Amino acid sequence: MIEVKNIFKSFVHKDVLKDISIVFEQGKINLIIGESGSGKTVLTKLMVGLLPPTSGHVYYNGVDFVALAFAEKKEIRKQIGMLFQGSALFDSMTVAQNVRFPLDMFSEMSEEEKKERVEFCLKRVNLINANNLFPAEISGGMKKRVGIARAIAMNPKYLFCDEPNSGLDPRTSIVIDNLIKEITQEFNITTVVITHDMNSVIEIGDNITFIYKGQNWWQGNKQEILKTNNKELNDFVYASDFMKKIKHSFSN
Amino acid sequence: MTWLTNIGKYYILLARIFKKPEKWSIYREQFFLEVDKIGIGSLGLVSIISVFMGAVICIQSAFGFESPWIPLYAVGVSTRDIIILEFSPTVVCLILAGKVGSNIAGELGTMRVTEQIDALEIMGINSSGYLIMPKIIAAICIFPFLIIISMFLGIFGGYAAGVAVHAVTSYEYIYGVTYDFNTYYITYALVKSVVFAFIITSVSAFYGYYTEGGALEVGMSSTKAVVYSSILVLLANVLITQLLLS
Repeated sequence: MIEVKNIFKSFVHKDVLKDISIVFEQGKINLIIGESGSGKTVLTKLMVGLLPPTSGHVYYNGVDFVALAFAEKKEIRKQIGMLFQGSALFDSMTVAQNVRFPLDMFSEMSEEEKKERVEFCLKRVNLINANNLFPAEISGGMKKRVGIARAIAMNPKYLFCDEPNSGLDPRTSIVIDNLIKEITQEFNITTVVITHDMNSVIEIGDNITFIYKGQNWWQGNKQEILKTNNKELNDFVYASDFMKKIKHSFSN
Repeated sequence: MTWLTNIGKYYILLARIFKKPEKWSIYREQFFLEVDKIGIGSLGLVSIISVFMGAVICIQSAFGFESPWIPLYAVGVSTRDIIILEFSPTVVCLILAGKVGSNIAGELGTMRVTEQIDALEIMGINSSGYLIMPKIIAAICIFPFLIIISMFLGIFGGYAAGVAVHAVTSYEYIYGVTYDFNTYYITYALVKSVVFAFIITSVSAFYGYYTEGGALEVGMSSTKAVVYSSILVLLANVLITQLLLS
């Protein structure tokens, strides 16, 4: 479980996050949604320690991550897997080397065990015969899958996904969503997903947090989001005609 | 005040770079990759420049020494001293600042803007240590070899050109090259190459590592890396020369 408590974050002339408190449950997909520039990515960066908060706390299973020293933070970071918006695969490494990299760095596995683990992770994300390809040689959807395989290589307790569907076609988006859902349930991990994709919200959103102007504006689940009367949330969710039709059919 | 902030950030980065590595074997592997990239990858450029510059230095010396009072072997002496004292350790390092510096800044800048550095940090890896330390150590180890090769090729280029255009005879050139040779010059040149290697790699890495933005900013970081590392190399050159030769 991850708990964010009274988080404030200000940059030079701007308050980006204002008193954010959220609990991200284990074994569930916790979605963070919101408009561009609302502070979602900043919140995620604070949670993984890439940015320091102005004030507030981030607890990983009760341990205050913000208060930890650099070396202690590293120990928690080893339990975190992250899928980046642009996949962030290492260009100079092949697909297999990308997945193997955290194992080489931190595990005491034998060569054979590492090889098996890489095979397992790539198979788990349905990537076969891509081991020796470089990131520049694979598609966007494949990159996301390699990113997930790398994120789960070290058996993480926490998985962060920053806009996992951005730049993907609808079918591939569903594949990635399902993969995140399966992995979360299979390994009982705490998954935090930032998304703009309303299809993902409806498909996989166990817990949903709507960030609006740097504030925790609304919290609920995928059933509640379709019934809410919150104006700002409705403006965001039903921005497209397609979603308006869904709401209409849902209320009928 | 930006320059003061940058100096502070540079020293903080250096402190992070030289922290204990997570796994020595991985860093060792990276070190050899960098030796190949920085050293072997620069060998062709260094060789071509050294041969031609040696040739030009020899011909210019011969042209300037056209006096019955100056013995012809002085062409060999001056070519040797110019190449060993200044051309190989300083000019070649300035050229390497362009090649290696822009490469390092471009590579790290691209890794920064494509979130690859963030990915390393989240894995619990000291990204600055993993990415920069092998580059600095590889350059410190390989630059002196490149400079020694440059010295040999520069002197050889002078010999080949001098003899070919009949500016100097083979005997006089070789006599001049070996005449009253001070081995301390080699020590001086190698000390300079080690210091310049550190400046070029660390300053370029600094500008690459702290890149913010996109492709345009990566290009700007590469330019800054080359400009500032070249200026610092020239400043360090004056300081080292005063310290070691005065």
